[in-house]
Amino acid sequence: MTDTTTTSPLKRTPLRDVHVKAGAKMVPFGGWDMPVQYTGIIEEHRAVRRAAGLFDISHMGEFEVQGRDALAIVQRLCTNDAAALQVGQVQYSLLCYPEGGIVDDLTLYRLGDDHFMLTVNASNIDKDWRWVTEHGRGDARWKNVSEETALLAVQGPKAEALVQRLADADVTRVLYYHFIRGKVAGVPAIISRTGYTGEDGFELYIPAARAERLWYALMDAGKADGIRPIGLGARDTLRLEMKFALYGNDIDQTTNPLEAGLGWVVKPAKGDFIGKAPIEALRAAGVKRKLVGFEMAERAVPRHGYRLLKSGAEAGVVTSGSFGPAVEKSIGMGYVRADLAAVGTALDVEIRGQAHPARVVKTPFYPSKAKKS
Amino acid sequence: MSKVPAELKYTKEHEWAKVEGDRARIGITAFAQEQLGDVVFVELPKVGAKVAAMKTFGVVESVKAVSDLFAPVSGEVVEVNADLAKKPETVNSDPYGQGWMIVVKLSSPKDMDALMGAADYEKLIAGAGH
Repeated sequence: MTDTTTTSPLKRTPLRDVHVKAGAKMVPFGGWDMPVQYTGIIEEHRAVRRAAGLFDISHMGEFEVQGRDALAIVQRLCTNDAAALQVGQVQYSLLCYPEGGIVDDLTLYRLGDDHFMLTVNASNIDKDWRWVTEHGRGDARWKNVSEETALLAVQGPKAEALVQRLADADVTRVLYYHFIRGKVAGVPAIISRTGYTGEDGFELYIPAARAERLWYALMDAGKADGIRPIGLGARDTLRLEMKFALYGNDIDQTTNPLEAGLGWVVKPAKGDFIGKAPIEALRAAGVKRKLVGFEMAERAVPRHGYRLLKSGAEAGVVTSGSFGPAVEKSIGMGYVRADLAAVGTALDVEIRGQAHPARVVKTPFYPSKAKKS
Repeated sequence: MSKVPAELKYTKEHEWAKVEGDRARIGITAFAQEQLGDVVFVELPKVGAKVAAMKTFGVVESVKAVSDLFAPVSGEVVEVNADLAKKPETVNSDPYGQGWMIVVKLSSPKDMDALMGAADYEKLIAGAGH
């Protein structure tokens, strides 16, 4: 159970010792020493669905770009239309290669008219930094603020009231995929109504040096609500129940946004961007495979890399899978031939040499509770 | 650290075996279930199947991992814990009791002598802990 793929020392978030002290099981993830669980993945998952969970996601990367050409640069790098973003708004977007594959998925924050922040996946920070600074040149300055920034997510039905009790601003008026600046427990923060769980809640960008203070303030203030610290294990099962893609599992350099069902963040009408031509060519030709959600007839668990079959013949491949603690079924995501992507299609997952029945289902697997209006 | 029942025998792969006449009841240890985390699926052989000492007889899946189950002894499966199909989490909550997996009719009672006693198993997991 040790990671042998990495020889360099694991990176630590400012809360690493807090997790160890809390009894977390630590694992290497994307080069980071991260808590996979505190008490148990299923219990943590259900705590987020029923009450509130606190996540340390400080391993994620944050880049800022500021200057006269900032918007033009972001428009060239990202697939979504950043010009449609107001200051105070957040947008899900993609960085693509010229061939149409995905460099990373990210959330884009418009901090000011000519000032943006990109939040990128932890395992991609170095790659993305090279990518944006190489391909995002112009009259603007890039700044990698990943090290000095900590990121806490508070998610679940009790999250709004909890953050409000500690905040000096009215967070109840912050709409989904919007943010404000304010103080939470005295810590200056970007208070962003975003998340990766399908629950209402916030992501709080704060100075790394204040992370411990805010962590304990939220844990104390949320005690009566039943708040729990949540590890990466439950973060993964929560996002899977929403069919949110995880870079490296469901999307990567070899997958096209359209196949991944992310065509809604590709906006060709906005002008040119890296990867536009091959993505639009594929849109015109039609995709050959699609990322679908499926559920298993029985408990056996589909996992990344398992084969998907149709009547014994190759149909595709599983990209993510787990027992879904809230839907109480084994569920998965995978790429299948486009003609097998319709809801209701019967498939099999090959698990240890045996075909186990599955069915393409409507997603998300679990209805989203995020505050969308 | 989890308690290791003195009356059971153990494998280095963290299964336990309990002699019941000419049979052995088999499960995984408290240490094993702690390491695995939440058990969500247990794949077991059918009654009548043959199992061989230190060969796999099934699979236990947690949210994060798939692990093989190794038979402590050789013999024929005479009972299977069907409750685990609906409640695999019993392996976490009661690994030495309701979370048992199979009962094997021993083909060679001497197999039991090759297994570890509780004291040796305790030493093994003390060394494996973090």
